[in-house]
Amino acid sequence: MNRVPIFPALALFGMLTSATAQQSAAAPHNEVIIKNAVVMTVTHGNITNGSVYIKDGKIAAFGKEVKAPTSATVIDAGGKYLTPGIIDSHSHIALDDDVNEATSPITPHMMMIDAFDYQDKAIYHGLAGGVTTSLLLHGSANMIGGQAVVIKHKYGLNRDAMLFPGAPQSIKFASGENPKRVYGSRDQLPSTRMGNFEVQREALVQAQDYMREWDDYNTKAKKGDKDASPPKRDLKLEALADVLRGKLLVQIHCYRADELLTEMAMAKEFGYKVRAFHHALEAYKVADQLATQGVGIATFADWWGYKQEAWDAIPWNAVLSMRKGVRVSIKSDSEDFARRLNQEAAKTMRYGGATEEEALKMITLNAAWIVGVDDRVGSIDVGKDADLVIWDGYPLSSYGVPNKVFIDGDVYLDRSLPGFGMPHYSEGQ
Amino acid sequence: MRQGRFVAGRLPFVVGIAKLALICLFLLDATAVSQQKPVVLRGGKLLTVSHGVIERGVLIMENGKITAVGPEGSTAVPKDARVIDVKGMTVYPGLIDSESNLGLTEISAEAMTNDLVEPSEEIMPHMHVYDAFHAESELIPVTRLNGITNAIVAPESSDTLPGQDSFIQLAGKSGEEMLLVRDIAMPLNFTGAQRRNQPREKRKFPSTRMGMAAQLRQAFLDAQDYAQKWSDYEKKKTEAVAKTDEKDKKPPTPPKHDLKLEALLPYLQGKKPIVLAAEEASDLETAVSLAREFHLKFVLNHVSHSQPALDYIASLKVPVIVGPIYEDPKPYERYDAVYSLPAQLAKRGVKIAFASFEAHNTRNLPYQAGFATAFGLPYDEALKAITLNAAEIWGVADRLGSLDLGKAANLVVANGDPLDVKTDVKQVFIAGQEVPMTSRQTRLRDQFSGQ
Repeated sequence: MNRVPIFPALALFGMLTSATAQQSAAAPHNEVIIKNAVVMTVTHGNITNGSVYIKDGKIAAFGKEVKAPTSATVIDAGGKYLTPGIIDSHSHIALDDDVNEATSPITPHMMMIDAFDYQDKAIYHGLAGGVTTSLLLHGSANMIGGQAVVIKHKYGLNRDAMLFPGAPQSIKFASGENPKRVYGSRDQLPSTRMGNFEVQREALVQAQDYMREWDDYNTKAKKGDKDASPPKRDLKLEALADVLRGKLLVQIHCYRADELLTEMAMAKEFGYKVRAFHHALEAYKVADQLATQGVGIATFADWWGYKQEAWDAIPWNAVLSMRKGVRVSIKSDSEDFARRLNQEAAKTMRYGGATEEEALKMITLNAAWIVGVDDRVGSIDVGKDADLVIWDGYPLSSYGVPNKVFIDGDVYLDRSLPGFGMPHYSEGQ
Repeated sequence: MRQGRFVAGRLPFVVGIAKLALICLFLLDATAVSQQKPVVLRGGKLLTVSHGVIERGVLIMENGKITAVGPEGSTAVPKDARVIDVKGMTVYPGLIDSESNLGLTEISAEAMTNDLVEPSEEIMPHMHVYDAFHAESELIPVTRLNGITNAIVAPESSDTLPGQDSFIQLAGKSGEEMLLVRDIAMPLNFTGAQRRNQPREKRKFPSTRMGMAAQLRQAFLDAQDYAQKWSDYEKKKTEAVAKTDEKDKKPPTPPKHDLKLEALLPYLQGKKPIVLAAEEASDLETAVSLAREFHLKFVLNHVSHSQPALDYIASLKVPVIVGPIYEDPKPYERYDAVYSLPAQLAKRGVKIAFASFEAHNTRNLPYQAGFATAFGLPYDEALKAITLNAAEIWGVADRLGSLDLGKAANLVVANGDPLDVKTDVKQVFIAGQEVPMTSRQTRLRDQFSGQ
């Protein structure tokens, strides 16, 4: 900073004040202790009359007796339930209808971050439902739609402050009815499932060639070959090469059992791993195979019948798949469901008899794994981000409503506040 | 069968067949008789809706009706009754959905399976959902497994007057039997979504709310004229008959029939209710003025974003089909503005009912009521809003909506609170009959879970 000439620095200072004011309001309380809660840890069972001590935005300690300095801000939960923040592993909010670049079926270089509308009130609505992290994915018009963005629901802050720092990059694939409908209706390839998979395979083969060209060049360059000239950079193929190199988490929109198997076979053929199948409404038919491959699913609790490939959906899908060893998460895929994922998860306790912890895991730790941030969020464990929800009512029921939502140790939603209930936001901001 | 063979063996062949047929008839009849044998649900927690909760109760049904409801011990159980022990279970009236699209759709994205609305014109009162109602829809067993036994079936809301609703029962041998009340009410939709304003090149009248209102007004005026023409005709006909001179007895020419205008008459005459749908306060007031102009009897629908007009709504003294409360709030609204609407209305003394406004997810109707209690709606009101209130609004409270003597034995046995998502429905009775607790979905479940 001292090397910066004085005038620009002053000018910069002026520009920064408003941003700083916003940031300082959002800065995590250094030390907070939430006392007198039923702490649902997800990983270590429930602790009645438990406490969670938050330091610098992280969970520093939790348990029946927690030592915290007297200087820590005390929040008495009044015996209410405390859970980790909900993680939505499949969302399309805050994208202002820029969800599909539906002009070509292969667009892996479309970056969601470039369309992220951080002022969308849907972020607030999800927050008020206890959602603290969301994976914002492309739609399913394209076989390969683009790369996702992971956000924290810090509504009222600026764009970059809402990004989940260090979250791995996910890429969205799709299959089935949507691509064939979008392109088929224009008399273009693909209009069948044969076409779908051909288009996908073709792109991956091109990426293999592209990768080989670059590998050859890099080898030559390393050897000091002065005649070696670098191949032309191609953003699209570069993104696909990242899939082949295992640098991206592959998230695949896929409904039917046969397509789940085909997608897994193709991943094997090209040597990448599928992180999770999304929707996966027929997962229960091939759950053994999914479990063997270590592929997760992000599914609905009971949504069905909205199209042909959702006709065999059953509300027991989540639990039947889980019992076979599949990592299951319940996701929203909608602004509406994002506001009550706790109720959706609770349905798995009824349909198939998931335990309370199993149900909660589907919207916390398992969802975090799908997004690739399970080392950071998704349970109440020491060292994890203090993304927490205090609930009015029992969260796994029709009656659970967030009372306070913390992200990185700071309160972003407080039901008792008037207006929008957000300490970091006021109308017109 | 053993008895059948025995009889056939003793008698000449033809007589044997006749006897066999008789016996078959008798057997069929016997089944009917055994169903007429009183069925007793004993020991369950009865949520009567009309007169509180009976912690350990007895409910008796006979001939499809409820014949006794009372506490265990003080309620006499007939000797020949079939007694079902429901200790630990909760028993409540079959739930009523005050607006669904059941029987009008199978797979949303498959056009050929949908008969939801006629989009060609906006004024379509002569569309009757009973003409399209698909009794064998796979959605119906899925829905009734969650305790929904009755529903209003309405066309989709993209026309101002999309047609007339029917009131159905979610079990029966045929559509004929399931359609309990045909043309029970008529939706009038005024939410702005009925405008033909998009895309621009396809824009046509009415593309504004002004256009919608003018078109509706013209339709009701035309119907009034039509009614006048017919009444003039009837008058002339009577006069002609009364004439003494033979040549004056020639009857007048009747007016031409017009199904569209004819369909509006029962509503203009206030014989049946209009279901007046609006979302925002301004639309609501426009729609109400229209209804008043033509003296229509009405109930309100949705009112999801009419928070500034809650006192006005209460002053209308009409029931409200509220929500769905999952409707996204407007950007200027607090996150719970729509969630808390049922509580706000109930507090002002408005009779409310919930509706799914859906088909595939109609089974989730009770959870909407449950969720509304988390935003201040008293529990009893929430339960009423999917049972007795609905029955009263639709004029069927003499036979449905509560556990009371003489009402139809439409009831649900579940392992807990009807409004909670975790509660599992164990058995549904419709008109006293045990509904098979299976659906396409349970069959798939069983097939793939090795059961």
